[in-house]
Amino acid sequence: MTNEEIKAYFTTVAPSATFDETGEWLNVQVEPGSWKALAQNLRNSILHFDYLFCLTCIDWKTHFSVVYHLSSTTYRHTIVIKANVDVVNPEIETVSNIWRTAEFHEREVYDLFGVKFLHHPDLRRLILTDDFEGYPLRKNFEDPINMIKL
Amino acid sequence: MYTQTEIIKDTTVNGSEGELVINVGPQHPATHGVLHLVITLNGETIKKIEPHLGYIHRSIEKMCESLSYRQFIYVTSRMDYLSSHINNLGSAHCVEKGMQIEIPARAKVIRVLMSELTRIASHELWLGAMAMDLGAFTPFFYAFREREMINDIMEETCGARLTMNYMVPGGVMYDIHPDFQQKVKAFVKQFKEKVTEYDDLVTNNIIFQNRMKGVGILSKEDAVSYGCTGPVARGSGVSCDIRKIFPYEIYDTVAFDEVLETAGDSFARYMVRVREMHQSIRIIEQLIDNIPEGEYQAKTKAVLKLPKGEFYSRVETARGEFGVYIVSEGATTPYRIKFRSPGFSNLSALEHMAKGSKLGDLMATMGTLDLVIPDIDR
Repeated sequence: MTNEEIKAYFTTVAPSATFDETGEWLNVQVEPGSWKALAQNLRNSILHFDYLFCLTCIDWKTHFSVVYHLSSTTYRHTIVIKANVDVVNPEIETVSNIWRTAEFHEREVYDLFGVKFLHHPDLRRLILTDDFEGYPLRKNFEDPINMIKL
Repeated sequence: MYTQTEIIKDTTVNGSEGELVINVGPQHPATHGVLHLVITLNGETIKKIEPHLGYIHRSIEKMCESLSYRQFIYVTSRMDYLSSHINNLGSAHCVEKGMQIEIPARAKVIRVLMSELTRIASHELWLGAMAMDLGAFTPFFYAFREREMINDIMEETCGARLTMNYMVPGGVMYDIHPDFQQKVKAFVKQFKEKVTEYDDLVTNNIIFQNRMKGVGILSKEDAVSYGCTGPVARGSGVSCDIRKIFPYEIYDTVAFDEVLETAGDSFARYMVRVREMHQSIRIIEQLIDNIPEGEYQAKTKAVLKLPKGEFYSRVETARGEFGVYIVSEGATTPYRIKFRSPGFSNLSALEHMAKGSKLGDLMATMGTLDLVIPDIDR
């Protein structure tokens, strides 16, 4: 499906979404509050985005962007969904019940960025130890013992 | 973290059976690296698998934020060290995409040749190691005999046997060694002669087949939902070969088939990898006598600066889809970099695949997932 058709779909189900077409794929900025229902829609509707191939987060210092790369194994179209969350209390609904791969990816983002995924079945640290303090991929993270900066 | 084996008090209704929690790893021969699985058993049946990751987490993504666009490629060799060429290629590709560098035809062919040799080497190692997990030691030597030839070819041209760092933005670092073509042809000849031995020894072995068939079943829908890629997903009938669906370099001009199996069990994943080796040989045969003359590297500036924006490139490694996501603010270092590693997503399906099966079958399931732990931990 073309970007225009996908955009037309978004204007019907999520009128507040904004688009950015400068990159390789269509970027859609969505409200974190409406994301869960929208995700369910994207998975089950005619667009059939059944494959979440990348889930990550970007620290913009003023806010976090949670980034979802979605693709369809039937139509081969790809979009990038972005949801901005607050830097003090970052929270967003989980999509692990829609795309099972999100369960691990969300745990990783929680571990390294501290973004809380609400209603996640098992939100614990995945890579770092349970008693680790801080979130290493945040821009303000400093580790005096193991300096990564060159 | 669990420090010792403990017997949890039974919570089932009849109260006659206890649940046993055991640790597989972090140092276990079948995990091929430091993966720690905490497994809850009821008798011999797996109730729950909980992977504990991070034993070799190096925070590569954070590290890359302070490395230049030329330097960060070297770190990617240390993720999936068996597909290091292809990881390098994906990273170099992403930088080229951002800089809009057109790479010479010669470099493209060399890159594809190297990628396919890497794929064969990786599958050879997997074949030997997986057969060893299931109790057959000889296939390991057979597979390493051929793999050694590839390592020698790599050593001559790239100067390294495992972490090659041969791909650079704009092409490849050096031209190929004068003996390259002749040695690759010798390898192809040897491989074609000897590959029947694998089939006699492993594929057609009834003990091996009985341990693989019907074990660790993953349905097509689940494979997509868990984000599985590579031979794991193709064993379940998901068409996901990036070389076919989003061709990069010259994959759209060479003839090869995307290998698909539909059974979704361990044997299907096994067959996908074995058949993929033949397809890689097919690609190599088409290209080895047709390496175009010319430059092997495009002219690039000494210091690379990506324009502001976001760039994503996807390549097909031996384990599946490898993605590089660069967020650039226009500086000489990336603002944020994310590596989408195939092993991470494939591992997430392990519990689903192994739940309800016997502990002994876990080795077959894990063997055909082909996990490389540094790729998962990053």
